[in-house]
Amino acid sequence: MTHEAVIGLEVHVQIKTRSKMFSRVAAGYGHPENTLTDPVVLALPGTLPVMNKEALDKVIKAGLLLGCEIAPECKWDRKNYFYPDSPKNYQISQYDQPLCRGGFVEIELPGPARNVMGEHRKIPLTRIHLEEDVGKLTHAAGVSLVDFNRAGTPLMEIVSEPAIHSADEAFAYLTALKTVMIYGGISDCDMEKGQLRCDANISIRPAGASALGTKVELKNLNSFSFVRDGIALEVSRQLSVVKAGGTVAQETRDYDGQTGESKSLRSKEMAHDYRYFPDPDLMPVQVGEEWKSAIRAGCPELPFDKQRRFQKEYDVPYTITSVLVPDPELSDFFEEAARLCGRPQAAGNWIANDLLRELGSARIGLGQSRVRPAHVAGLVKLLEGGVILSTAAKEVFIDMFRSGELPEAVVARRGLKSETTLDELERWCGEAIAANPKSVADFKRGKDSAINAFKGPVMRAAKGRADPKRVDDILRRLLAR
Amino acid sequence: MPCSSSPRWSSRRSPEAVSEELYYSTISELSRLLGRRELSAVELMRAVIERTKKVDGRVGAFNSFDEADALAQARASDERRSKARGDGAAAPSRPLEGIPVGIKDVISVAGQPLTASSRMLARFVSPYDATVTLKLREAGATCWGRLNLDEFAMGSSTENSAFGVTSNPWDLERVPGGSSGGSAAAVAAGEAVAALGSDTGGSIRQPAALCNVVGLKPTYGRVSRYGLIAFASSLDQIGPFARSVGDAAWVLGAIAGHDRRDSTSVKAEVPDYHGGMAALADSGRKWRLGIPKEYFGEGLDSEVGAAVEAAIGEYRGLGCEVREVSLPHTRYAVAAYYIIATAECSSNLARYDGVRYGSRSGGATDALDIYFRSRAEGFGPEVKRRIILGTYVLSSGYYDAYYLRAQKVRTLIRRDFLEAFTQVDAILTPTSPTPAFRKGEKAADPLAMYLNDIYTIGVNLAGLPAISIPCGFTRGGLPIGLQLIGQPFRETELLAIAGAYEGHTDWRTRRPRL
Repeated sequence: MTHEAVIGLEVHVQIKTRSKMFSRVAAGYGHPENTLTDPVVLALPGTLPVMNKEALDKVIKAGLLLGCEIAPECKWDRKNYFYPDSPKNYQISQYDQPLCRGGFVEIELPGPARNVMGEHRKIPLTRIHLEEDVGKLTHAAGVSLVDFNRAGTPLMEIVSEPAIHSADEAFAYLTALKTVMIYGGISDCDMEKGQLRCDANISIRPAGASALGTKVELKNLNSFSFVRDGIALEVSRQLSVVKAGGTVAQETRDYDGQTGESKSLRSKEMAHDYRYFPDPDLMPVQVGEEWKSAIRAGCPELPFDKQRRFQKEYDVPYTITSVLVPDPELSDFFEEAARLCGRPQAAGNWIANDLLRELGSARIGLGQSRVRPAHVAGLVKLLEGGVILSTAAKEVFIDMFRSGELPEAVVARRGLKSETTLDELERWCGEAIAANPKSVADFKRGKDSAINAFKGPVMRAAKGRADPKRVDDILRRLLAR
Repeated sequence: MPCSSSPRWSSRRSPEAVSEELYYSTISELSRLLGRRELSAVELMRAVIERTKKVDGRVGAFNSFDEADALAQARASDERRSKARGDGAAAPSRPLEGIPVGIKDVISVAGQPLTASSRMLARFVSPYDATVTLKLREAGATCWGRLNLDEFAMGSSTENSAFGVTSNPWDLERVPGGSSGGSAAAVAAGEAVAALGSDTGGSIRQPAALCNVVGLKPTYGRVSRYGLIAFASSLDQIGPFARSVGDAAWVLGAIAGHDRRDSTSVKAEVPDYHGGMAALADSGRKWRLGIPKEYFGEGLDSEVGAAVEAAIGEYRGLGCEVREVSLPHTRYAVAAYYIIATAECSSNLARYDGVRYGSRSGGATDALDIYFRSRAEGFGPEVKRRIILGTYVLSSGYYDAYYLRAQKVRTLIRRDFLEAFTQVDAILTPTSPTPAFRKGEKAADPLAMYLNDIYTIGVNLAGLPAISIPCGFTRGGLPIGLQLIGQPFRETELLAIAGAYEGHTDWRTRRPRL
């Protein structure tokens, strides 16, 4: 009997806001312990929460981007439980009226090869709700310390339906979700900074069955690859339990990414009673159509829509779009460069290959890059116009990446101008073709290598200062007439 | 002639301005003296401090007071006043400038203890000002002392304080009521000119009635709760204790208003309550008063009943129209209240865990043990009783039967009131079914204690404004209070109706023998 895995993901995403969910103190990461606090965050006697509208706006935006139904009213509930990282010993959350219901995350499964687009699927969502984050506990010898900097940070919980069927799909889901969050300016989803956290509910069932098997909750999936590896491990563990004639026990397991092992944290969840009730300190907020429309107007194009458009509108190949699209700034950079030079494919190549390589070795982001779209567009034009050769172009790129000068200036400063012009090249190509009718006939019959016969005379005429690729392009253009 | 830079206060006062000791004067009287510079804020503060030192050993209204801080505030007030004069500008109309206002020890004052009369917070000092505290400071008042209460405002006698019982100034063997017993007793005993209390189920009105002072619970949302230690968030409201209805209007005007730190505070303009009630009094408007028959049944002390009947007669004599109204869901009010209030308090008090501040038990071995021991040692029996009850009613499987149903009852109770207000301008009832009881008399019987709030609880469930004003004494010399319940955000009318009665009686001018 074959089995299939059934996986649901609960993803917590910290929302990028200036201040915390219910107080005016700044939200942030990497500050000295307990400095991002105020009487409200510390739950001093007499303090009251006041909702951060920016956080609400961003969850509505996330919901709109993911096709969710937005609740007409934002209502707050208290989730009561005692834990030292929770200053009030209750968390303000949303229980029976999540802000968003339904919707889906479009994912791309791994393709048959790296350079081939994989199958797309839609993973349905159950709900998205807004709540506040807790503090962070550190356990040392004999003491436990708590840092409340994180406490009260706006946090959104995104719950998928149990509709994910493999570790790869889970990985693809998180990747796609992260990209949408980045596009919406909702979160940076940096797992190292705890901005995205993921728990997985995993079960297996005989293929074709509709009932769900006993689920195991997997925690501590601290990176995207740990999510994939941890789920793969858990699925195979459950399969071997079943194959050995056993049954999977309901439990919560902890995955250790370093050792690649998991261990049971607790068996069958002790039934928690969170005593949810509406928070009397916070009035429900009406989310009217006008409000939603204003947010909708600020919603960006979704990443996969952008990718499809790039491929269709600019005829840029998947290998390039798959590099550009995950980063909205890079995508915008590309579109601007393409617009300026009118050669999207060439611009895409320079950006996806040379620019990213240089940024990588300089360890800086696109924002700090001295090369702007105008630089890339200028370079493409110089190359297309035969002003420089492709070998010189590489040199020019590296120079302008360091100097920030426009390509024309770099070419002039360094004397990299090709001595051959497009007119000359075209003339020499025409002469070579006219001089060799046999090879012309061979080429037109389909013998592609026949084109090489024209290249020797052209390169000789150019005294070696012609770009072979450009010569090839021109010859083909002329031969196609 | 121009004023000299250092104020020279006249030590002689016009004899007709103040009928008795300074510490028993009203805000209206004192602000006139202060304005005419016949009295300095420091002199006034000194008189109140002296009085407090003399009587508080017997009354026990204060958990603590900071004499130096109070005098510094009074000095600053005098400086402001002399500066305003020095600039040649007329002193602005600031009735609370230089007036010592006592503050219940459940409202935060920066740098002062905030104990809620609980062992849990015995050594806690608050680093911030409540919004009402800030507003009092802006109005020029002197924040004076920390007034005793039932622990976390849970009780009707101030016997639940971890720091000792407050005595009723009218009979030291009796309770002052609660939970704001310290506030009521302080104003009654001349230890503060006015005071702030908080009212969740009657905690301002009932002690005001038992101590012969005016106590006003504003409409829910009228006054910011930021900085008030929460007991039951949807019911709590801060309000004034004062020696006259007019004084209560002054204080309300200073503390009311929307606050961006409290989402439940309402964005409604703050009228000139004092001026408004005076204008209504001059208009000669004839008020329509409703008498709810459900409030005059079993359990009402006969002397209290007689005093309230007499007050109704007084209103009739003033030309008011009095008619019977019905509040049919009244009998469910106490039950609904003790479900909602305890549910909210079980969650509100979860923060007192010994982890970040407050009392932490020394013997704890782990986090869970810190909770168990700190809370077991830090909370008194009534607080524990309510936390347990509230935890129970919110439990999964019981929520619908208790909390949800209680909320529905609450809606019905509010509807009763609003229905009655289609016929009348205010509802008149006794404040408390009995006068002040003896210490210990009801301490062992929580249910009897809870029933003491039977006439005040409905008002909180409905979120309405209500005031208790003195309306007589028992043969034994114990004060009796009259409650007037008004319509949402129509405190001006409520104050005018209360003022009409007050103006024709002299109950409020009687003082306890201390």
